[in-house]
Amino acid sequence: MSGLPTYHALKVDAVKCIGCTHCMKSCPTEAIRVIDGLAVIDHERCVYCGQCHRACPTRAFYVEQDDLEMIRSFKYRVILFPSIMIGQFPEKYSEDQIYAGLKKVGFTHVYEVEQPMQVLIDSVHEVLEDQETHKPAISIYCPAIVRLIQGRYPSLTENLILRKAPHNLAAHFAIEQLIEEGARREEIGLFYATPCIAKIAAVKSPVGERESIVDGVVNMNQLYNEVMKVIADGDAEDNSIQRENLSAEGITWSLTRGESCHFGSRSIAIDGIHNAVRFLERLENDQVHGIDFIEMRACDQSCAGGILLTGNRFMTVERLERRAKRYPAAKDIAQTTIRVDTEELKQKLILDPIKPKPHFIFGKDRVKAMEKMNKAQRIVCFLPGIDCGSCGAPNCHALAEDMVNNKAKMSDCIYLQQMWVDEGRIKAEKAFLNVQKKWGTDRFKADCNKRGRRNEGF
Amino acid sequence: MDPETQSMKLTFNIHGGDFTHAGQPSSEVKKVLKQLGIDGKTIKGIVIALYEAEVNVVAHAWKGTVEVEIDESKITIIVRDEGPGIPDIELAMQAGYSTASKKVREMGFGAGMGLPNMKKNTDELIIESEVDKGTTVKMINYFL
Repeated sequence: MSGLPTYHALKVDAVKCIGCTHCMKSCPTEAIRVIDGLAVIDHERCVYCGQCHRACPTRAFYVEQDDLEMIRSFKYRVILFPSIMIGQFPEKYSEDQIYAGLKKVGFTHVYEVEQPMQVLIDSVHEVLEDQETHKPAISIYCPAIVRLIQGRYPSLTENLILRKAPHNLAAHFAIEQLIEEGARREEIGLFYATPCIAKIAAVKSPVGERESIVDGVVNMNQLYNEVMKVIADGDAEDNSIQRENLSAEGITWSLTRGESCHFGSRSIAIDGIHNAVRFLERLENDQVHGIDFIEMRACDQSCAGGILLTGNRFMTVERLERRAKRYPAAKDIAQTTIRVDTEELKQKLILDPIKPKPHFIFGKDRVKAMEKMNKAQRIVCFLPGIDCGSCGAPNCHALAEDMVNNKAKMSDCIYLQQMWVDEGRIKAEKAFLNVQKKWGTDRFKADCNKRGRRNEGF
Repeated sequence: MDPETQSMKLTFNIHGGDFTHAGQPSSEVKKVLKQLGIDGKTIKGIVIALYEAEVNVVAHAWKGTVEVEIDESKITIIVRDEGPGIPDIELAMQAGYSTASKKVREMGFGAGMGLPNMKKNTDELIIESEVDKGTTVKMINYFL
């Protein structure tokens, strides 16, 4: 398996974080705790779905990206980006104007990642036709879903389709094409414009691949800003040759049903991480029958709802669907246009097996784990069941689990503590100090600039 | 060690006819087994068997309970119901044999695979039944 270190793409800005629990409550894997008034991410549990980033009222979550200047060190500077990005720009800009803008930013070659799509479609068909394949086969397209399955539904890792995502397809394709044109491999720098955090992690420390194929990652919203600075209204150079392998299937691939409509006699498409969780639960219980293929994406409206996008997701979908109508079907793109050996390209799309990484285990020793769980069950009896988050854990049950893992204590529950004060078991001053310790000393001062004061809630 | 902590007990109620909520006990049990680090294949078998047992209660009986006991080496599940009972258990064990009503079949249940599926997915299965009184199913699965 990949010996690459896990890349933690998602970070919390300690200055901006106000420890408000929005993120903690939205996390599908209970990976966030508020400690000393700040959100802390457990990177073992995090699947990079970006729910916290979305939920944060102070934009305290940020995504690290590589410095755009680093592209200068390569002779051939390739920007790889999902078609979704074209849907971000105001409609008055043509595809050529956007491509020209990207070149002005400093790139020499522009590749939308969903090409040549027929190669990937054929490759996935091969997997589905294989008798050994576990059905329903689940697409690995969304890396947040892959991580979710590895951690929370480990038995379903064997249903994952071991074929790489479009960004790998285009990366291999770009390399082959440029080498064909006379470039040397080390002169080619590949940069990926990402629509989300999960893709960054997948590109930087891929699952089922030995090394990352790209040299750097740029956040799509930042690249969008860079392009908007230089984009021109006038006549743009004809870059259509860069799009001659782009197909209708490729353009709509990242949208909901973009994959599932091509595979299996019966297929399902699911978007939204919480929908995915509910469905995986059923799937794991063996309550889903007769389905061949499942497409599953963490974001509502799939990648059109990616957290690093600028435009409105529904308008992006509409624009891409309209754009797709102008492009040929993937199977109608001639080999002479593709120019590289598609069989060889197809071979490069095969992933190593993806291993489970269960992260909800109470330790390796079963007896001890059971003791801990029994203890947690007993603790829950004493907690109020309000799931208020004031203890810094997302719900009472999570707090109980934290307690048995020595990560929290009874007095973290403000209700329990209040009861103890009432019973005279601890002093009021001590109780208040406990709360201050958790939420900071300034927390309870009157502050007219507090978030939420000016109808900021909705 | 305190014998209390050597095992875990869980209990659930099942209501006859409530197909919407069938599957809750099996989901809960699954969660616990996962936290205990039991391997996926073993969990899957247990969950399938328990779900089938739940659906049987929902489809045929009036009400029932699920009692689960987990210890270091095994899980014991007892599903008890008050219902019509099974007149001929051997016949019911045959694949495809079903007494489910048309309504239940239209909901996608009652294919006659319940008991055979439970048999396939458990290490020990004991069924006791009394006509017009109810049925008790005891399932034991050993951990690896």
